[in-house]
Amino acid sequence: MHPAFSVLIFTVTSGAGYGLLAWLGAGQLLGYTQGFIVAQQLSLGIVAMVLISIGLASSTMHLANPKNAWRSFSRFRTSWLSREAVFAILLYPVAALYAAAIFLQWPSINLLAGLSIILALVTLFTTSMIYASLKTIRQWNTPMVPALFMAYALISGGSLFLAVNSFFGALNYQLLAVVIGLVLITLALKLVYFFWQGKPQGATIQTATGFSQASVRLLDAGHSAPTFLNREFGYQVAADLLLRLRIVMTLVTFIVPLGLFYWVFDGAGRTELLAVAWFTMMAGLLLERWLFFAEARHVVRLYQGEQRT
Amino acid sequence: MKLGLVVDLDTCVGCHACATACKQWNTSGTIGPLSDERPHGKDPSGSWLNRIHSYEVGDSPHSKTVNIPMSCMHCETADCVTVCPTGASYKREEDGIVLIDQDKCMGCNLCSWACPYGARELDPDSGTMKKCTLCVDRIYDEQLPEAERQPACVLTCPTSSRVFGDFDDPDSQVSKLTRERAGQQLMPELGYNPVNTYLPPRNPKQQDSIAVSPMQGVRQLVNRIINR
Repeated sequence: MHPAFSVLIFTVTSGAGYGLLAWLGAGQLLGYTQGFIVAQQLSLGIVAMVLISIGLASSTMHLANPKNAWRSFSRFRTSWLSREAVFAILLYPVAALYAAAIFLQWPSINLLAGLSIILALVTLFTTSMIYASLKTIRQWNTPMVPALFMAYALISGGSLFLAVNSFFGALNYQLLAVVIGLVLITLALKLVYFFWQGKPQGATIQTATGFSQASVRLLDAGHSAPTFLNREFGYQVAADLLLRLRIVMTLVTFIVPLGLFYWVFDGAGRTELLAVAWFTMMAGLLLERWLFFAEARHVVRLYQGEQRT
Repeated sequence: MKLGLVVDLDTCVGCHACATACKQWNTSGTIGPLSDERPHGKDPSGSWLNRIHSYEVGDSPHSKTVNIPMSCMHCETADCVTVCPTGASYKREEDGIVLIDQDKCMGCNLCSWACPYGARELDPDSGTMKKCTLCVDRIYDEQLPEAERQPACVLTCPTSSRVFGDFDDPDSQVSKLTRERAGQQLMPELGYNPVNTYLPPRNPKQQDSIAVSPMQGVRQLVNRIINR
């Protein structure tokens, strides 16, 4: 699949924003934000909403006919993209009320924090289901995709939560340990995903053409220059480059931030390193999302001559 | 009604006439122009609703060239319709034709991702998705003589390897052909239940060994000596 840069930015930054909002809300419910001053809580919320808004604005950039984007709220009953649009917009008034509750110390703050967590996680789930619901792309059509999207959001939001708090001089070492644990779990999930993705399975050129008992080779694709289908689905990267990028991605997204976290946790590293860890992780997640697209092989490629997906 | 096409892979010669007739009809049809990029340039590109792929099936010397024209299959389980967030993509209840409302499409490409057959192409000019309409603006046009109320690709096919009809009617030509020639769906395992059906090539007739009389044998021997 062709990796559209606007979609990479959208899923990574809004993911971190939803994750951060979930951590903030959970802090309200579980009590780990009790000692926070209002400015600290509000700045966490504002950072989350800015990231979400950057992501959503970026997502409209890949529309070829954005003047009809307002119609995307209308097919809530069948379309995951429509559901995503509805929940993403629904979050804004709830988040605004939550911010007001923090500022004015409303008694209903726990309810609003809980609603914000639910909406953030549901929006993340709907985004991931846009990809996971496509039967045409076996690399995406798996429950691991929503699990990974949620995990990425929680680790990138969690590290940002820690980085902002360390800026306010209030680093919670227990939370840092939780984030380290989550990063390890996400890494394990991603390695399982890589292993599973390498297994040959799914449709082949035989089932695509109906000649299930013979070898089938493409003689002529029927066009002299690349078409929309080639550009959208025929994205091809050398296999050895993909392998190297997987290693770089694993190092930058998981290993380097884990090292920095442990350094800070150990008390040896300065807490500013948490911000470095977050930026490193975000760069790694951008590469991860690029790989997510570049390694996805749509079944239309079978008609273009590929033997299997 | 379940309208769709039968394509005979035995007789299709891969001439691309269906694709050009389709483009010619539909570029001035209900879904507006099918625009092109650099039509006279080095790498012309544009939206087409029908494309033909040619394959070599089997291994030489027992191989065969098979041309597979692909357009929208008007699937019974059309994921392209359910993923559409704007409601632009829809399947007609009365005849099963899958269409796109050009006034509602926002060009998010998701329906083309959901289609396994490459039937949907984004128009580079309007930014909306275009696809086969089964010539809905021909087949119901009562101004046309009845014989011409068929999709443009079917009318133009020089080998008559495309047949249009109602798959719900067991006596229609498409149903009969599907029955008699063991018509099959492409990529049925994805579960889209495509309506368009492809008739596999017929098995080649077994060549009988030719009996040679003694006189003919002598003549062949003489011919071979003279040729040498």
